[in-house]
Amino acid sequence: MPEILTAPLVVEFPFTRSLGPVQSAFLTGLRERTVLGVTASDGRVVVPPAEYDPVTAEEIRELVEVGTAGTVTTWAWNPAPRRGQPLDTPFAWVLVRLDGADTALLHALDAPGPDAVRTGMRVRIRWAAERTGAITDIACFEPDESTGDDGRTREPVAHDGQFPDLLTGITAPARLDYTYSPGAAQSRYIQALADRRTLGERCPACRKVYVPPRGACPTCGVATSTQVEVGPRGTVTTFCIVNIKARNLDIDVPYVYAHIALDGADLALHARIGGIPYDQVRMGLRVEPVWADGAFPHSPEDMGAAPIPDHYRPTGEPDADYDSYKELI
Amino acid sequence: MPGPSTGPSGPSTGPLREVAIVAFGQSDHVRSSAETSEVEMLMPVLHDVVSRTGLKAGDIDFTCSGSSDYLAGRAFSFTMALDGVGAWPPISESHVEMDGAWALYEAWVKLLTGEAETALVYAYGKSSPGDLREVLTRQLDPYYLAPLWPDSVALAALQAQALIDAGLTDQGALAGIAARSRTAAEANPHAQLRGAVPAGDPVVAPLRTGDCPPIGDGAAAVVLAAGDTARRLCDRPAWIRGLDHRIEAHALGVRDLTDSPSTRLAAERAGYFARPVDTAELHAPFTSQEVVLRRALALDGPDGAGVRINPSGGALAANPVMAAGLIRLGEAAARIQRGESDRALAHATSGPCLQQNLVAVLEGETR
Repeated sequence: MPEILTAPLVVEFPFTRSLGPVQSAFLTGLRERTVLGVTASDGRVVVPPAEYDPVTAEEIRELVEVGTAGTVTTWAWNPAPRRGQPLDTPFAWVLVRLDGADTALLHALDAPGPDAVRTGMRVRIRWAAERTGAITDIACFEPDESTGDDGRTREPVAHDGQFPDLLTGITAPARLDYTYSPGAAQSRYIQALADRRTLGERCPACRKVYVPPRGACPTCGVATSTQVEVGPRGTVTTFCIVNIKARNLDIDVPYVYAHIALDGADLALHARIGGIPYDQVRMGLRVEPVWADGAFPHSPEDMGAAPIPDHYRPTGEPDADYDSYKELI
Repeated sequence: MPGPSTGPSGPSTGPLREVAIVAFGQSDHVRSSAETSEVEMLMPVLHDVVSRTGLKAGDIDFTCSGSSDYLAGRAFSFTMALDGVGAWPPISESHVEMDGAWALYEAWVKLLTGEAETALVYAYGKSSPGDLREVLTRQLDPYYLAPLWPDSVALAALQAQALIDAGLTDQGALAGIAARSRTAAEANPHAQLRGAVPAGDPVVAPLRTGDCPPIGDGAAAVVLAAGDTARRLCDRPAWIRGLDHRIEAHALGVRDLTDSPSTRLAAERAGYFARPVDTAELHAPFTSQEVVLRRALALDGPDGAGVRINPSGGALAANPVMAAGLIRLGEAAARIQRGESDRALAHATSGPCLQQNLVAVLEGETR
């Protein structure tokens, strides 16, 4: 069993999402400290509003303004806030039915402790100082001790949904952090690379040698258990000329990206071809690896310094016969 | 032979073709499986389940899987997992980004159409590389919910508090569900949590650590077969007498979180209420969710008295996300195959607070 390799992996997307007319009015309204709902087919006022009826799926467009205070319908005490959540001190998650609404909105309630929270308590919106048209324009809710009936008996008021500079979309960044581990076969492969060896694995059924190995023969569906050193030399089986510069990649275009069948392998891997003008690369060209110096990457930024072939270059041998690699194209 | 009902409600009049679960296999479920890739974790389970039927991989007519790339952060991990099936010459194959129970639904439909006699259904989930509570926030409404990063325990806790407020349960009763589940899991060699665990501290109150499922990695697979093929492959096939799934509104604030009308309707459509079952495998990752399901399925009434709930330990003993629902169907089927059950309900859920629910009714033939 090889040592288990791990590396941090961050998956991050700045999702850009368009808004329907109801969502647009609602989120723009939050920017203006106004909470809008929509009247559903059964007359219920839905807050936060949906574009389509939650029961019948009919298009619903009749907007109303509701209150900025409301009643907690259920709650849950969060003793350990997590990244991205509305508050960074312990808080209650709450579903709040705003005055004039018939459904509840999920948000955070800033309260000193769980003893200060109960279902049925009165709360009001605490607006964010800077508002952009997002659900986070509501910073959180806070307990509402006012005794007057302002808002409490509030009836929904028709609203045309018009504001200056209506939003048409939102940007919703999302980041997830992982600890990547490649599994047994790929760990063996990566560890061999540190010694500048390329290690394939043989299928016990069809005898094919896979490089890089993934632990299973995709044809036979069985584990590849025998390690086989392949290469270092190989043959270009097919290639393409890259004319578009990749972001964050310091390689001049045009360059050649090729499938290379390493000697002894039954599956071609792919790599860049260097040391030869791009327009002279051909099928059958014999190549060998040019290794990058480096250590195992411990972050995505280190990948460029990984102990892997930086590229392959011509060996100067005569080209391979087509018949010798035609099954590997 | 009568065709299936096409109406929006009422029990189905029965499938066109008899289809059964003829084999079930699963991995051990563990906190971390960093030593294996997805396919390395899955492949032994596939070999195990196919060999139980005496079939070879190439004999299977249709393959369908359930998984989510978000769990381990690996794009197209399901295509890598297919390496463990043996997909050449090209096989008939499909995948759902859902729990494997929904992959089983697709395979069942495929068999009902007569286009396949046998199907392999598998599911796997590796939660260990990521932070599962954060990962699951990404399935939420991206406009109103996801920007607040409400994690899976928080949403389940809102549901639990609603149940407590309604007088339908209390923390003692929830702890009882946890204890019963994990005691049952002592007989389940694959379970991640076996034997009583302390109720523990609040994770998001009112839910305590004991009310929450373990986070872990695992895989499961079943083989489906139709008619006489099923009888040939298995001494006592678990016949799928009905299977249905229903979904509710996504917004939590428009739902009654103390009830599960989607479970009730799916159960009705699957023919569950026609006569009592002796076993119920419920996919309730949180103790409070079992309370909701028992209400929806009338398991607390007189008919529920003789029902063994989650003899496997359920999701509170092992909850490999994307596989835990399929495991409920597999565990119920295995119980029928062993002769420990004659009629069982199996349930799978997906989404926050039991948003979407699948119900299957399985039966063994009279011995």
